Amino acid sequence: MKLITKAQAGSFESSDVLIMVEPVVEGAGRIIELKSIVMQQFGDDLLKQINDGLDFYEINDVRLIINDKGALPPTISARLETALKRAAQLQTGTLK
Amino acid sequence: MPSELIGIGKLEPFEGAFTKLKKGWMEEETVPPPVKAKMPHSNKVCDSLRDAIIRSNPKDGMTVSFHHHLRGGDNLVFEAIKILAELGIKDITLAASSLTTAHDPILPYFKDGTITQIYASGIRGELGKALAQGVMPKPFVIHSHGGRVRSVHTGKIKIDLAILAASSSDIEGNATGAHGPSAFGSMGYAAIDSWYAKQVIVVTDNIVDYPCVPQSVTQNYIDYVVKVDSIGDPSKIAGGTTRITKAPMDLQIARLAAQVIEHSGELEDGFSFQVGAGGASLAVAKYIRKIMKQRTIKGSFILGGVTSYGVDMLNEGLFRSIFDVQSFDAAVSTSLMDNPYHIEIPAGLYANPFNCGCMTNKLDIVVLGALEIDTNFNVNVITGSEGYVRGASGGHSDTASGANLTVVVCPSFRGRIPIVKEKVHTIVTPGESIDVLVTERGICVNPQRKELKQNLEKAGIVTKDIVDLAKEVELITGKAKPIEILDRIVGVVEYRDGTVIDVIHQVKE
Repeated sequence: MKLITKAQAGSFESSDVLIMVEPVVEGAGRIIELKSIVMQQFGDDLLKQINDGLDFYEINDVRLIINDKGALPPTISARLETALKRAAQLQTGTLK
Repeated sequence: MPSELIGIGKLEPFEGAFTKLKKGWMEEETVPPPVKAKMPHSNKVCDSLRDAIIRSNPKDGMTVSFHHHLRGGDNLVFEAIKILAELGIKDITLAASSLTTAHDPILPYFKDGTITQIYASGIRGELGKALAQGVMPKPFVIHSHGGRVRSVHTGKIKIDLAILAASSSDIEGNATGAHGPSAFGSMGYAAIDSWYAKQVIVVTDNIVDYPCVPQSVTQNYIDYVVKVDSIGDPSKIAGGTTRITKAPMDLQIARLAAQVIEHSGELEDGFSFQVGAGGASLAVAKYIRKIMKQRTIKGSFILGGVTSYGVDMLNEGLFRSIFDVQSFDAAVSTSLMDNPYHIEIPAGLYANPFNCGCMTNKLDIVVLGALEIDTNFNVNVITGSEGYVRGASGGHSDTASGANLTVVVCPSFRGRIPIVKEKVHTIVTPGESIDVLVTERGICVNPQRKELKQNLEKAGIVTKDIVDLAKEVELITGKAKPIEILDRIVGVVEYRDGTVIDVIHQVKE
């Protein structure tokens, strides 16, 4: 997936996660800034889930700013997918 | 658990909720209360709190006690500790019936050696965080409301100076929380302090003509009386009624809990009832009220922490009486003042296990909350998900052990943090005291309570094995990494009989 523009998905609400995506130059790698209220308990899980998601969409160069307020894994997947697709201008549906 | 701890002494491990009570007496010796004398018509009134504290002859290593009936509006603890610190007093043991976020301002005195140990039923906010981080040299002790009374009787808590806020007092120290501009309701936790402290100061913002009625504490125990401009923030002390939650999940849990109670076999004419003031817990009262009206059931008494909701039920004739050790909202004080069946009780009568029968022993139904509950039904109400102290033992273990039906209501997880889990971080109330857990994701009956399970099944209420529920929750949230702790023990949790049910370790930062 090729990222074209800055985009975001999610919110600062409790049990949600706000994910901001920014394209970076090729070779810059994955720059992930992760903040979470459940860092101690789920920090590693969160990072793994994000990296798995980026693997799935074959994104190796990206800057992600993630602010997690205790979102469940399906929420995180959904927010990540939406943010990435918005950044790649691939989203379909009413929010296009 | 170690057998001894510096700053506390020997630790007697918990060996069952009734192991010590079964004997019928308490083996520990009790200490006599002090005997004092005053000349006729002498003057107790001091110019200021500072003046009263100086007259009480404060010393290094003393124990100072407070009640927490001012709730979130309390400013007296801070004012008093500040004065003691200015007088250069060190090594104080602070024995407050509970500490809340209103007490955050005393944190600097934890760090400079003014306060070196805490006895309380609850600790929250910045204080709870700092204590878990190991700020204090001596381990703190968490006790239940009943257990605190026992500790004072045995001299484990030896109060040198009790500083008791009252919303009204006369010049002899007959005092109450039932009226005055800062009326806060019952003074139940303060009674034992007034009887046992070597010196007692009553602090009020409202001196009334002699005699002050009702006498929540009486003049024969009071050394000094101080009139101050303010005992705290009246909007937080005397403000408003407690509202029932509107959160859909809490209401759903409460609805399920009410169904469980309705079909438990305990909801009968003459039953007694206690609910906590927290979200789902208080909301249960709303549904029980409805069921009581539908089935024309009349209860005997409401116990405990009392909200205006309980007062409404009394006024509607749904219960014959309220026994009030602590008022959760100030709207209660009018009822306490005017209704002879709304009765203020001291903490010993409320919950001390070592007497001829405290009122929690007469409880039929209690609904309690939980920060965590494990698959053995052990409940944590003291440490949060980061390992900080952020809750209160309060009457949790007292009421759970006494009630015929102890219902715990809580969500199965909060945010992403599992609440129902294999092992709780800190045990406050043993699983043997808990009969049923009600969550939004299932109802779990303690396997020891077969009859209850049958009653619920007969009514068509589906129950779930708590082990299965914990697994289900873990599938949703993922497996949380345990809190990282150090070897050092920063606090102990006493069971109501004085044994130690758990210890709290310093958290690794």
